[in-house]
Amino acid sequence: MSDAVLSLHHLHKRFGALHATNDVSLDLRPGEIHALIGPNGAGKSTLIGQIAGNIRPDEGSVHLAGTAITSMSVAQRARLGLGRSFQVSSLAEPLSVMRNVMMSVQALQGHSFRFFKRVSRDAALLEPAYQALEHMQLSHRAWTPVFELSHGERRQVEVACALALKPRALLLDEPMAGLGPEGSAKLTELLEVLKREVPILLIEHDMEAVFRLADRISVLVSGSVIAHGDSHTIKQDPRVREAYLGDSNA
Amino acid sequence: MINTTSQRAPGAVKAPGTERHFDRKGLVQMTLLGLLLILPVVAYFLGHLYYVNLASRITIIAMAAVGLNLAIGYGGMVSFGHAAYFGLGGYVAGISAYHAFDFTPFMSWPISVPGSDNLLVIWLAAALLCALLALVIGAISLRTTGVYFIMITLAFAQMIYYFANSWPTYGGEDGLPIYIRNTLPLLDTGNALTYFLICFIGLILAMALTSRLMKSRFGAALTMARLNDVRLATSGISPYPIRLVAFVISAAITGLAGALYADLNGFVSPTVLSWHFSGELMVIVILGGVGRLYGPLAGAVLFVMMETLLGGITQYWQLFLGLVLLGVVLFAQHGVMGLLAGRERNE
Repeated sequence: MSDAVLSLHHLHKRFGALHATNDVSLDLRPGEIHALIGPNGAGKSTLIGQIAGNIRPDEGSVHLAGTAITSMSVAQRARLGLGRSFQVSSLAEPLSVMRNVMMSVQALQGHSFRFFKRVSRDAALLEPAYQALEHMQLSHRAWTPVFELSHGERRQVEVACALALKPRALLLDEPMAGLGPEGSAKLTELLEVLKREVPILLIEHDMEAVFRLADRISVLVSGSVIAHGDSHTIKQDPRVREAYLGDSNA
Repeated sequence: MINTTSQRAPGAVKAPGTERHFDRKGLVQMTLLGLLLILPVVAYFLGHLYYVNLASRITIIAMAAVGLNLAIGYGGMVSFGHAAYFGLGGYVAGISAYHAFDFTPFMSWPISVPGSDNLLVIWLAAALLCALLALVIGAISLRTTGVYFIMITLAFAQMIYYFANSWPTYGGEDGLPIYIRNTLPLLDTGNALTYFLICFIGLILAMALTSRLMKSRFGAALTMARLNDVRLATSGISPYPIRLVAFVISAAITGLAGALYADLNGFVSPTVLSWHFSGELMVIVILGGVGRLYGPLAGAVLFVMMETLLGGITQYWQLFLGLVLLGVVLFAQHGVMGLLAGRERNE
């Protein structure tokens, strides 16, 4: 656990009688994709909220690169290097792709109270944003408004926004959701290369993608991690097969 | 492969269409500004001072709306209490002139603050006090959103309205006269055309500031706070301080307009603090085009002209204003500027 980039220690979150997160500990190490899977209602969203900063855990702590971030806001966590994408993509639709990505660059440089220099001529913002787009193979769409993009392209923009933060860890919430086979395959390919630079905590329903990408998998059921291991171990685990995969998928 | 980062010359990444070019929008804007500048000059030399003062009135109301537009249009903060800043600006001018006229200090303890009839001093004081008031009101109000934000800004403005209404020292509900227009070095501010030109410069500066601000990093963050504050926070920027600073600047601009208005009329009363005036400013912003640089000016021209022309015919002129507003909201959501100059392009 010592070299973990992102680590959760004994997280608990209760909503009334519902124990949505029950003693969850997991970590993310450099160079890996750690997938978090679980059936609907397993408490994935609650857990993501606690990592990203929308939800405060009742007990336990979250560490990013050795810093306790448990009580930090979403924006503070982002500045410390936690990039994330959303299950339903969250971008400013009327603005161009570049404008969305440049926001992250601006945050990284920490100068939002600059009132006079024009953003549209600010190479310090434009260049890194463009590079992040090139990284996601999307630079040809740089000046297209987001509302004209396909679903898959929006996913790529979100990842580019996260990348522009020069993150230490990426938190991707169902990036394959709603993508066709082609888009899904392309994103899988991109993530495979990306993980060498930034470790990724991947929450995903697409089992094919998870088994192909993930170095380690944690299975969340009813708020607890019931199994943990590489894809082979997970495929063989009887509890996982019962709770999640079903016999037909095995 | 993924690492396709090519070597580009510095400055090779450029936003398309950032070069200036003259189009329909530019033509409409120049016409609007040109007429506003030229007509009062002509009227002055023909001896129709009434029309010069009317133009000053339009200009000042437009400037107040420029301030509100920064909050509503660019920042997405629907303030229903901007009369508070307009009125405070007006009372700064009135109270300062009152003490200068009387040779009594505004304050004698702990520091001595004399009155002043110098407009530069008055404007500075008006802008700073309005910024301070907006900092307090904004810091509390911006913790809420939507209807609650509208209501809380209204509540604060009403508190100040009733306070002014019941403070007899400065006229209470009767208001406070400014017997001699406050002065500037070297200029005769009592001259109607001179005063109009001062107001006109104020309006231009307020619009230039807004324009420049919205093209800066701060403007980019404010735009993102309006369009998607989740994205802004996820990018690592907290929306709250960005909104608060925009709110403060917005209030300072409206407050300066209020100071100009008091001196134009030689009078300030709680009327300019009332929620009616907050509503009128909102109507002007919506009429002209929310979030359009020239929207407040177009809206103010339309509003004051209707008030003057139709108000001269019938006291029910606001019925027609309502119909026009209805038409704009239903059929021209980008306001008069959207109708005349086309839709705003997002880069």
